[in-house]
Amino acid sequence: MPADLTQSSGMVRPVRMGAIMSPWIAYCLATPAILLLALTVIGPIIVMIALSFTNYEFGSLGIQWTGLENYRQLLDDRTFKRALWNTFAYVAMVAPASVLLGLFLAVLIDGLRHGQRFYRLVFFLPVTATVVAMAMVWKYLLHGTIGPFNLLLQSLGLPSLDIFGNRDLALAGLAAINIWSLAGFNMVLFAAGLTGVPEDIYDAAAMDGMESSLDRFLNVTLPLLGPTMLFVVVTSTITAFKVFDTVAVITRGGPRGSTDILLYTTYLEGFSYFRMGSAAAMTVVFLTIMMIFAWIQARVLDHKVHY
Amino acid sequence: MTAAVELRNISKSFGETQTLRDVSLSIRPGEFISLVGPSGCGKSTLLRILAGLAPQSSGTISIDGAEVDYLPPSARDIAMVFQSYALYPHMTVGQNIATPLRMRQLPAPARLPVIGRIWPGQSAKRARIEQTVIEAARLVEIEAMLDRKPAALSGGQRQRVALARAIVRRPRVFLMDEPLSNLDARLRVTMRAEIAALHQRLGATFIYVTHDQVEAMTMSDRVAVMMGGEIVQCAAPTELYDNPRDLRVARFVGSPEIATISSDELIAANEGFATLLPHTPVIAAFRPETVSLVPVAGHLEISATLQRVEQLGHEILVFLRLAGGARLTVRAAAANVTLPAAGQRLSVWLPRRTPMLFDADGARIFRARHGEPAHAG
Amino acid sequence: MNTPYRCRPAQILSHVVLLFLAFLFLFPFYVMIVTSIRSPQELFVREFRWLPQQFTGLQYYIQAVTDIPALTFLKNGVIVSGGILFVQLLTAIPCAYALAKFQFRGRDLLFAVVLFSLTVPIQAPALPLFLGLSAIGAIDTYFAAMAPFFLSVFAIFLFRQTFRSYPDEIIQAARMDGMSEWAILWTIVVPGCLPSIAAFSVFSVVAHWNDLYWPMVVIRSTELMTPPLGLAVFADSESGANYGALMAMAAILTAPLMVGFLLAQRHFIRGITMTGVK
Ligand SMILES: Nc1ncnc2c1ncn2[C@@H]1O[C@H](COP(=O)(O)OP(=O)(O)O)[C@@H](O)[C@H]1O
Ligand SMILES: [Mg+2]
Repeated sequence: MPADLTQSSGMVRPVRMGAIMSPWIAYCLATPAILLLALTVIGPIIVMIALSFTNYEFGSLGIQWTGLENYRQLLDDRTFKRALWNTFAYVAMVAPASVLLGLFLAVLIDGLRHGQRFYRLVFFLPVTATVVAMAMVWKYLLHGTIGPFNLLLQSLGLPSLDIFGNRDLALAGLAAINIWSLAGFNMVLFAAGLTGVPEDIYDAAAMDGMESSLDRFLNVTLPLLGPTMLFVVVTSTITAFKVFDTVAVITRGGPRGSTDILLYTTYLEGFSYFRMGSAAAMTVVFLTIMMIFAWIQARVLDHKVHY
Repeated sequence: MTAAVELRNISKSFGETQTLRDVSLSIRPGEFISLVGPSGCGKSTLLRILAGLAPQSSGTISIDGAEVDYLPPSARDIAMVFQSYALYPHMTVGQNIATPLRMRQLPAPARLPVIGRIWPGQSAKRARIEQTVIEAARLVEIEAMLDRKPAALSGGQRQRVALARAIVRRPRVFLMDEPLSNLDARLRVTMRAEIAALHQRLGATFIYVTHDQVEAMTMSDRVAVMMGGEIVQCAAPTELYDNPRDLRVARFVGSPEIATISSDELIAANEGFATLLPHTPVIAAFRPETVSLVPVAGHLEISATLQRVEQLGHEILVFLRLAGGARLTVRAAAANVTLPAAGQRLSVWLPRRTPMLFDADGARIFRARHGEPAHAG
Repeated sequence: MNTPYRCRPAQILSHVVLLFLAFLFLFPFYVMIVTSIRSPQELFVREFRWLPQQFTGLQYYIQAVTDIPALTFLKNGVIVSGGILFVQLLTAIPCAYALAKFQFRGRDLLFAVVLFSLTVPIQAPALPLFLGLSAIGAIDTYFAAMAPFFLSVFAIFLFRQTFRSYPDEIIQAARMDGMSEWAILWTIVVPGCLPSIAAFSVFSVVAHWNDLYWPMVVIRSTELMTPPLGLAVFADSESGANYGALMAMAAILTAPLMVGFLLAQRHFIRGITMTGVK
């Protein structure tokens, strides 16, 4: 065997015969992408991190190195801290609910004899819909006086709710929209996980005495979906963390800052008030949190198949 | 610990297509019976109906005289071993084997995956289950692997785990659906013997599905041959070989395949057959060992073209073609046979007492000859 | 799952639950459509009616495409997401091919950078990109709306995986036939990997058609607005209380993707969830 020959004795390592592809072809192929990568991702991120140590304001001529001043100010900034808190509260509502709803839908639909395609279509529809357009619809739907939701409540004799006008409800209202648009996505991921569960396992489970669907679900389906589950949780968390459109269109952070979330605050700081330095510092915080999630996600992907 | 199983007129349709037609079978307590047939003939379907995993379209099943048609799988006191083993990949071998006991003996809250472990008052039962699991594992020699996950086992070891999971609750009836088909040839032979030994030891009724006629013939008390959703014949292995009731059975059982020659061609090859065969066209079938390469008294000589020779060591297989195109195979002792080169003609001798005749539909013809009464099918 | 016993009631119960949820999920779409064909007076009746009392026809739809430049928004959506996709494919495919089928110094570094960039959302480089674009006077142009997305690291990642499983023998045979690498890539490898490219295209078009953040940063003039931005700005303007027209416009701007989804469900689901199942 050639492998043994190369290992034994002091023989010259065999040179690969035949044409050797010039690496220049590869460089030529990759150059446009590398340039764009440097110009649109790597370069800007470095500049952004540098900006976060300055007091630069868009339009002003002066720029000063201020070290950690921006970060120190963030620690004292009540608006920023509230935005951070709101973002985490939002994620805490959206991620678990959309994952559980997605799982529930996937398992229920998987057990059906008829109509699987129809239900998948229906629940996936919100995923495709343009978020801004649907945010308009939701805003009208939940409108405090003329919204169909409130009219329905009233016709049932219940008091009406002005969800987006209420400090305690506005964030939950936005979360509901995100759950609505994310559940179908998670459902599809779970459905893919379920198709990986061999049919025979359920037959074996029936022979072994798992009569109720609860027994089957807890002892077979759920453990086998474990890896998918972890992955969906992380993905949903990242998605929820990046919420922007609904806030920008429906509440603009209001009422009274109750729906101020990280990206929106950063957007205002940078592109409304043009305080680039402190906006950059906020972006660094945002990016750091994203990186942590991404790191977890990569870990989860590595361990996707744990048996 | 053992039971008779009675299938009466089981039929099964998937939509328009009828997969099982009126299958009836009586299985004695403690019997090892094989269901054998080409793939797609409905063996798995029948087994799944018997297990209660799928409902039959019509017909009844009784175990020890009691009808079980409306019982769920776990209440039928049946265990099943699947072709794919169907082990729970997230459980250890021990947990896999314990599952049937856990589900039956522990109350609902105690069998919840994580929380169940702390449910009070079950320690005695748990200890007993563990003991039983170890015994079952010992029986199939995997007690050293109880803490491993199925993914860390070889195919043969997984097969043993599947067996242990079936054994552990000592059911009256075992169903096995091609349990050895995913193993390599050598392991298959070993496991064959082990399953047969297990049957001896447990004394339970075994219903064993396979598409491999050798497996069926070597292991079973009786073999039921299924074709196209029907049981064509159910008999002891030797009876099946010597006395197939149907041409399809004759062809399916025995290797190399039985040779079939139409009566016209046989008579064309040697006029002497004319008096021995009925006047209507029939098909005569010859097992390879009934054909001789040397003259035998009472045999009729025909001439054939040599196609190919297979050396098996102790014996040889000679593949021939007659002038009319029919194929014929001869099994002979390897010693001292001189054969011409491939493509040359040679003479072989066929028995005068034609062993098997089949009509155009493949049904066996039992003829009264030399004053003997016709024997009933 | 096979449950021959007691399966009927469970099936029916599942359908009941799912139909109820389906109703909830579809309700916003229903409200969108029904409001867009309702007469203005009805909107302020303090009672919810399932059907319009008086059919106003396509009045709001006509208003949306005449008074408000909904068609312009659609056109911009096509230009921007189409332009982005075109450049993305043009740059990512050769790079992925190089990563998949060539040995060169720096390959692993490049791939590591790609993997890192996968996790970077557009908001991270947004500030410097904005500053750079305004420095070259490109703010409020199609170019500004598209440029940050010209490189898709996700495309590189995905196509690299796809190309890696493309058989080497075919590529070598083509080399023996004297084809250039460029020709091999575009006439041999790419046609063999179309499903993957189609899925990515769906993913990319959906993402950029629906994007609000970046157009909001760089687009100012109405003639250049993409559908989400146009809709958001229109909703803010004084005619924002005109719910009929707003819903009609929402329907028009969502329609292209919805129709695409209904026509090619499999591709859409695959394309959109691709990020999730990589
Ligand atoms: N769930 C099912 N739906 C439709 N057809 C089926 C189903 N299960 C089995 N069949 C059909 O029944 C026939 C017999 O299948 P099976 O019992 O698995 O055969 P075997 O186990 O003998 O190979 C096959 O033609 C198969 O296509
Ligand atoms: Mg089968």
